[in-house]
Amino acid sequence: MSSRIPLIVCLVAGLIMFLQYFSAHPVARAMFNQVNDWWQIIFAFTLFVGVAAFMNNSMRAIRRGKERPFKTVSLLALISMPLLAIIGGTKIGSPFLWTFDNLQAPMQATVFSLLAFFVASASFRGFRARNLQATILLVAALIVLLGRMPIMAYLSDTIPELTYWIQDYPSMAARRAILIGIGLGSMTTALRVILGLERTYLRGQ
Amino acid sequence: MRTSSLRLIVLFAVILPLSSFLIASPIIAADSPQTETAWFDRRTLPALIASLVSIAAVLYAVWVIGRKKHLFIREIPGLKAVEEAVGRATEMGTAIVFTPGYGGDIQRPTTIASMNILSNVAEKTASYDCRLIYPTHDPVIMAVAQEVVKEGYIKAGYPDRYNPDDIFYISSSQFGYAAAVDGIISRTRPASVFLLGTFEAESLIMAETGNAIGAIQIAGTDSTIQLAFFIVACDYTLIGEELFAASGYLTNDRVILSTVKAQDILKLLIAVFVLVAVIWSTLNPSSDWWKF
Repeated sequence: MSSRIPLIVCLVAGLIMFLQYFSAHPVARAMFNQVNDWWQIIFAFTLFVGVAAFMNNSMRAIRRGKERPFKTVSLLALISMPLLAIIGGTKIGSPFLWTFDNLQAPMQATVFSLLAFFVASASFRGFRARNLQATILLVAALIVLLGRMPIMAYLSDTIPELTYWIQDYPSMAARRAILIGIGLGSMTTALRVILGLERTYLRGQ
Repeated sequence: MRTSSLRLIVLFAVILPLSSFLIASPIIAADSPQTETAWFDRRTLPALIASLVSIAAVLYAVWVIGRKKHLFIREIPGLKAVEEAVGRATEMGTAIVFTPGYGGDIQRPTTIASMNILSNVAEKTASYDCRLIYPTHDPVIMAVAQEVVKEGYIKAGYPDRYNPDDIFYISSSQFGYAAAVDGIISRTRPASVFLLGTFEAESLIMAETGNAIGAIQIAGTDSTIQLAFFIVACDYTLIGEELFAASGYLTNDRVILSTVKAQDILKLLIAVFVLVAVIWSTLNPSSDWWKF
């Protein structure tokens, strides 16, 4: 019984959301918007659960002396940002916005910028001509890289044209084959969940 | 493939292009003015037909193919390596890190597929007494993952080994999450890293960090852009539908395996449809019934 109710809820919700897609009636549109609004509300409340679990976990780790410096910094950041917003507001010139602009945003940009170095190291490993396929990949990558350089357009039309051909035909064909597989996989997974065949999310009951 | 399956495939192969041609094409071409308040939006007719054919194929697979004695699914190296990854971590006495990525929430099929693999990994880590760390960016995913892992430990017969503190929420900020997972990987130096779920720009940051510490990495996602990064940085990558077949492949559940067979039927139908459309448009270049 404990798993039957969630399965029925899942089936009904899944069917309603499936059917509303095929309707342009204002009632169907309103229902879709209503469900989306409810989802936002539920998600906002789950954030409290997440933050509470994070604080609980961090405090326990600090007490045990496990990763103390990292957990302390995380907890201080978690507490200070909302406090600054409550005390000083979020307008221009407020301490909250100053902290966001000068600490949080640069830290996020720093992590994002690591991507450039990781792309370089991954490309170095990936583009080694070990066999025929890897050599084809290497040559294709070189052509695309060269064709994307603005200066190549002044030197020759061939390489930029070849670049677009590689991107529009062989690359696109491979991508579409993968996308069809992903689409079908997503659809059957969704159907399995709606029909109650897939129950891992219900502890497999 | 059995005669009955072939008959059905041929039937669908005829139904799909013909029904699309006979029904959808005139309606779309007519630029129907009344669609704003109708209970049925006629512009969605091709999608409805495709959906019904897909549902029929899945139901057929479950009821007919699922009853067959032998269900063959080709070997998927990435899923076969799950055992190896858990075994390696156990031998080395280190943890396993499993991340569902930043991009998805719980209603996304990729996240559900990743939960299915998590369930299997949790059973194995429970049996081998290996630590499983699961950091997430979404509190709902955290709650579901806790239940899934707990159930895995109960199934394996070691509920006492389950530690809810190892399945935790970090941050809803993309690079905050990526930095935290990188920190966890760098500090705990896990022997195995699972990157299965919906990934965005953080995919390569995490995969390269795992690669740098020499962890065995199994990855899979639904984004073709991030798949390219995973193929370069990880040992095993689940491409396309392989991620969604994991549940049936790992548990050998006949019902779920038969839905994987349904995907094959649908793939064949799409291939037939594309062929018919190509031939049709070659013979009659002004035709566009196949465009929707």
